[in-house]
Parts: sequence; structure tokens; C-alpha cells
Amino acid sequence: MSRSLRFTPLALLLLIVLALIWRLATPTSTNVPSKLEGKALPNFTLAEAVPSKPTVSAADLATGEPRIVNIFASWCVPCVSEVKVLQELKGRGVAIDGIAVRDKPQDIVEFLARNGDPYERIGSDPQSQVQISLGSSGVPESFIVDGKGVIRYQHIGPIEQSDVPMILAKLEQAR
Amino acid sequence: MIAEAGLAALWLAAGLAAFQFFLMILALRSDVEVTRAMRSIAVVQGTLTLVAFGMLLLVFARSDMSVELVFANSNSAKPFIYKVAGTWGNHEGSMLMWVTILAVAGAFVALFSRRTGERTLIAGLGSQALLALGFYAFLLIASNPFARLSPAPPDGQGLNPLLQDPGLAFHPPTLYLGYVGLSVAFSLAVGALLTGEVDARLARAMRPWVLGAWILLTLGITAGSYWAYYELGWGGYWFWDPVENASLMPWLAATALLHSINVLAARGALKAWTMMLAVIAFSMSMVGTFLVRSGILTSVHAFAIDPERGTFLLALLSIYVGAAFILFAVRGATLKEGAPFELVSRESGLVVNNLILSVILGIVFLGTLYPLFVEAVSGEKLSVGAPYFNAVAGPLALVLAVLVGIGPLLSWRRERRPVLKQLRIPALIAATALAITIILAPGIGILPRLGLVVAAFLAAAGILPLVGRNPLRAPLATWGMVVAHFGIAVALAGMAANAAFTSERLAIAKTGETLSVGPWLVQLQDVTPTAGKNWTAIEAQLRASRGSGAVTLKPQTRYFSDPPTETNEAAIRTFWNGQLYTVVGKSDSSGGWQLRLWWKPFVTLIWLGGALIALGGALAMLGRLLRMRRRQGASVDWRRKSYA
Repeated sequence: MSRSLRFTPLALLLLIVLALIWRLATPTSTNVPSKLEGKALPNFTLAEAVPSKPTVSAADLATGEPRIVNIFASWCVPCVSEVKVLQELKGRGVAIDGIAVRDKPQDIVEFLARNGDPYERIGSDPQSQVQISLGSSGVPESFIVDGKGVIRYQHIGPIEQSDVPMILAKLEQAR
Repeated sequence: MIAEAGLAALWLAAGLAAFQFFLMILALRSDVEVTRAMRSIAVVQGTLTLVAFGMLLLVFARSDMSVELVFANSNSAKPFIYKVAGTWGNHEGSMLMWVTILAVAGAFVALFSRRTGERTLIAGLGSQALLALGFYAFLLIASNPFARLSPAPPDGQGLNPLLQDPGLAFHPPTLYLGYVGLSVAFSLAVGALLTGEVDARLARAMRPWVLGAWILLTLGITAGSYWAYYELGWGGYWFWDPVENASLMPWLAATALLHSINVLAARGALKAWTMMLAVIAFSMSMVGTFLVRSGILTSVHAFAIDPERGTFLLALLSIYVGAAFILFAVRGATLKEGAPFELVSRESGLVVNNLILSVILGIVFLGTLYPLFVEAVSGEKLSVGAPYFNAVAGPLALVLAVLVGIGPLLSWRRERRPVLKQLRIPALIAATALAITIILAPGIGILPRLGLVVAAFLAAAGILPLVGRNPLRAPLATWGMVVAHFGIAVALAGMAANAAFTSERLAIAKTGETLSVGPWLVQLQDVTPTAGKNWTAIEAQLRASRGSGAVTLKPQTRYFSDPPTETNEAAIRTFWNGQLYTVVGKSDSSGGWQLRLWWKPFVTLIWLGGALIALGGALAMLGRLLRMRRRQGASVDWRRKSYA
């Protein structure tokens, strides 16, 4: 057996161990960055969700100013606490639109009356089709969309009180 | 006191292991006679770890909550069997079990190994002691299973409910016995590389260990696959999850080793290759343990990530595997290859078997670690799933299965028999199977179809070694081979049938509604609450009918309180031609229930095949043991002779 062949296993082992050391040294973050960040919004038009508000379509979102698109549902428990944080963001001048997933108009009206209403516009996505095209797998999720309609950030799970400075900074970056 | 006694036994065992390793170095450098001392030390060391493990079993059985490990992994409301099984259902306990098996295996080698040369035995025992020493250090420094809590809490936090299953009581110990059984092959290979005595005697000494470990790994993987199938409620039997791959890789290496070791034992050939495989097989066991225990790969087996422990295990792994590879690189050149063989011969058949198994091993290894390499180099996150493994390993496995049918018919050294003539009938059967699948099921995929055809071929060709001779006179080892190879055909048929013919139905059903899946009509009759010792559940009552006659299935969604978890308990009914698999999920707002129904024709053949493969191994093992006893009886002088 040739010398190089005999040392091959050792070289391979070294390579593998190096990769494993790297992994141990840089702990995995389970936060996989969204593939949609930096991409333009997919084209969509939604039906009206509640009679009192206009609906959302992709074209309306490129308003020249960054805004938040929040995916929520009246049947979603974490959304209840998130709405209060969204109210606070609204109070700071942030424009927020909602997409209600698999929901009924009457339930949405009740939900907003009970928990507060931070939304400028709400679209209804009864079969989750827009939600899926946005790459969202659950509720609540939020997207920061810049003035040209490009997705700049995807937030999975509720926006907590502690996330507010980070969200404001992201909005500033998207400006 | 029990926990302290266990800890003391562990420290003593560690000290003895260090001494045992020191004696090996002494013996290899000078002519001091240490064999007897080493044998006794190895036995005492094994006994001490067994005592330590017994003490841990005892604190778990008594639910002694002052021991931190019991507190974190047990609960007094748990059924007794799961209290005991909880001993190894956690990190520290399973590592103690690992080192216990390692040390006891060393003791068995010391007691019973009479086949290798004396110096190789000493070197092997020293290597085994060094292996154990590292894991003792790991336990004592980074994972003390006997740590106390003061004051003792009133009750424990419980065990992951998925693990509250009879499967848990046997699955990890079986796999660990297999993993660690390979350590003996590793140590003997290292010993033989040190002394240069790589010969047929070494192969015969290694063989029972490899065979035994391989049988247990086969059983462990088969049982684990069935456990995941019925417990996770996803209807799949293999997910190519990193932790599953961690058990498959040592099995692939051990399967290759099992075959190459026969070439070494019978013909004295493939020396370097067999030593390499012996090192790789146990290395894969350690890699598997590292992957599972460090939690560095994302997996359904969600074990906590602990960088300190991961680093420790990685250091051990690098030292052991690195040292063995260096030894191989330095000493490999001195190995003289044995008797030559021709291109078409039993030997070359086994070489091809080894090559294909090694390539499959490489594919699984690469697929398992690929996400890690990619992220290290480019920073991109990705995962490798079933499509890769099935597409790449599947066709190779089929080629291998065809060769499995042919290889045993070849003669050693050079082909003398009319093999092609013998293969006419299996080929005819395979062609018939192909015709039948094309007529009856024209729409199935190419890989499942080929799987069915190859399974038919192998089932027929696999029994040829028994044809034309008196089956009762055939050696048990031949029977073992035939049964194991037939088992491969059976398992392959099950996998192919499952892939080709499964029907699936996901639906929301209201009480009284009827759904169809495959040939079955399933009616949701009722949904009721029910309760067990430490869980409550929603239970659906399903009435499944096909033609005449009906059966009732009761799948559950269980809610455990300690720790709060929800599990799906699938209800499965087995028939001769398949399994009906039902799961009940959540209810929606309109009062309907999520039902998942599968009809899986011949899926049980997968595990039946796995069991047959293990049974084949057991027959071969029995044959070897009987022959050993007969030989021992025939020659009084046998022991002294084998020392010479």
C-alpha cells in the first residue's frame, strides 16, 4: 500500500475534526434567515376582511415609507398579547397592515374590539395562500417592507415588548 | 450512601484502567510477564463498573430524589419499569451504561480469549483499558451521574413521555451493546497492529465479537425503526435523521467487517483492509455517540446542546481514532497480503461487497455531515433529507442485493462451479416478478419496482447454497448466511411494497362520518376522554371495514403532566397483507377531528426481514460456539497449542 494511501484516513479525520471543532466553537443559531429577505413582495390581492377597513394588496405596500405587514388570526393566542405591542408601535408612528389567516369577519371584529386595533388595512387570507407565498409558516409573523415593496425583515413569532427597539431600528434601516 | 458507593466504584475502576494501560506499555517494552495480572485487573475493572451501574439502577428504582439525575429524569408517579429504564434514558446514565459495557467486554476478552497471540492479547487489553479510561474521565469530570442535590426535592421532573414505552427499556441497551461490542474489534486490531500479528488467528478471535455486535445492532436498528414508526405517529419507518444515521453507519461498517473478516480467517488475505474496517466500525460508534450526545446536529432526537461535554467527547474521539489511524499509517506497510485470488472468486465477490458497503457508508456519512461542512465554508444553512439518501444509496443497495444473491455461490480463489447455470431459476423468478408488477401495478416508481424484482431474485438465489446438499448436514454458519440473506430480500420487499402501494388519507371528520383509505372504509364512531396513571387522553373509536368483517381501532392523543407534553398514540392493526395505521389529532372549531389514516401493504416485512437478518447472525454465532466446544472437547491440549 502506498504511503499517501495509508495517510489518507488520517487526513480525512483531521478535516472532519476541524469542522466539528468549528461547530462547537460557533454555536448554531436555530434562527434560519428568511430566503425572502431582500426580495420584492410576491404579487397578491386579498379580499376585504372587515367592512370598516380597506383591504391589502401587494401594490399598495410600496408607499415610499417602510411599514409592517402583520400576519395574525383571531383564533391565535399569542396574537392577543402581540396586538398591544403593535399598538405601541402604531403610537410611535409606524404604519401596520394586517393579513388575517383562516378567519371570519365577525371574529376579527370581536378580536379587534377586545384587544385593540393597530391596523390601517386588513386583508383576509382564508386558505393561507398569501401566507404561504410570503414564506410564512405560522401566526403571528411580521414582515418589514420598505418603500419599494421589498421585504427587508421577517419576524417569526409574536413581536415582544423587548423587540420594539430592534423593530424600530430595522424600520429605520429600511427607510 | 448508595450513590457514594457507586461513585467510589467508578473511581476505583478508572484507577485500575490506568494501571492496566501502564502494564501494557511495560509488557511491550520489556519481557515482564504480565498476562495473568492484566487478565485479573480487566476482570476486576469490569466488575467495579458493573457495581457502579447497579448502584445507579438502585437509586432510580428507589426514586431517590436527592440524586440530581433522578430528580431531573424521574418522577414517583411513573410506572416502575420506566423508573428503571429512566436510568439510561438520560445523558449521564447512558454514558455510564456505555462505559460499563466497554469494561465488561474487556473483562470477557480477558476471561475467554485464547485464540490470539499473547502479546496481541496484552496490547488489545491495554487498548481497551485506554478506551475505558477516557470515558471514565468523561463521567467523573464532566458528567457525574451520582451528583447529589441538597436539600432533596420532594418529587422529580419526570421523563420525556415519548420515552415512556417498553421500546425504551430495550432499544438503547441493545444498540449500546452493539456499539461497544465493536470496541473489542477495535482494540484487537490496534493490538495486532502494534505487535504485527495480523493473521487468521486474529480474525477468528475478532469474529465472534463482530458477529455479536452486528446481531445486536441489527436488532437495535430494527426495533428503533419500529419504535419510531408507531410512537411518533408519522407513519414512516426511517427518516434519515442524524441520530438514525448514527446507528446505521456502525452497522454498515460492521457488515463490511463481518464479510472481510471471513476472507482474513479463511485465506489470510485483505489484512490491511480488515484492520482499517475494524478501526472504522468502532470509530463510527464513537462518532454516533458524539453526534447524539453533543447535540451539534439538529435532529428529532432533541438532546440538549452542551459545548463542554461535546468538546470532551470530541477530544476523546480525535485521540482514539487519530492514534489508531496513525498506527495504521505507520504499521500498514509491514502487512504482507495473503494468498492471491482470481478476478471471479469468493474473495473478489466479498471485496465488491465491501466496496459497495463502504461507498454507502460514505454517502450516509457525507449526507449527515454535509450541512455542517457547507455552513462552515459558506455560512449557508441547509439540511439533507430523504430525497438525497434514497436517490443515491437506494440504487447502490439494489446492486448490492443482486450481488448478495450471487456471491455465496462463488468458490474461494478461483471459480470452478457453473454459477450462471445455477442462477437461471432466480433470474426466471425475477423476470416473472417484473412482468407481474408491470401488469398489476403499471404506475409505480422505478425504484420500488426494481426493489420488488430484486427482492424476488434474492429470495430465490439466497437459498441456493442449501440446494443440492442435505440441508440437515449443512453447517449452521451456512444456514445463518442463507437466513440473513433471505432476510434482506424480505426487508427489501417490505420497503418496496410500502413505497409503491401505501395509501394515505388526511381529513377532518365529524362523528359518524366515514372515510376511505386503500381498500378500507373507516368510520369515526366516537371521541371520548380517557386517563392513565400519569396522563389523560382523547380517544377516538374507529370502525374499519373491508368487505365483510370489521375491526375497531382506538388511537389517542395523550397529555402528560410531568413534564407537560402531548403525544400521539397511533392505533395500528396488523393483517397478513399489511397494516392499517390510524392517528387522531386535534379538533377544529366546527367539531370535526383531524384523522390521519394509512393503509400500508406488507410494511411489516421490513421488520420481519430485520429480525431474520439478526436470526441469521445468531445461527452463525451458535454454529461457531458449538464448533468451538467440540474442538475444545476433542483436544485436551488445545489451550496450550493455541498459545504457541
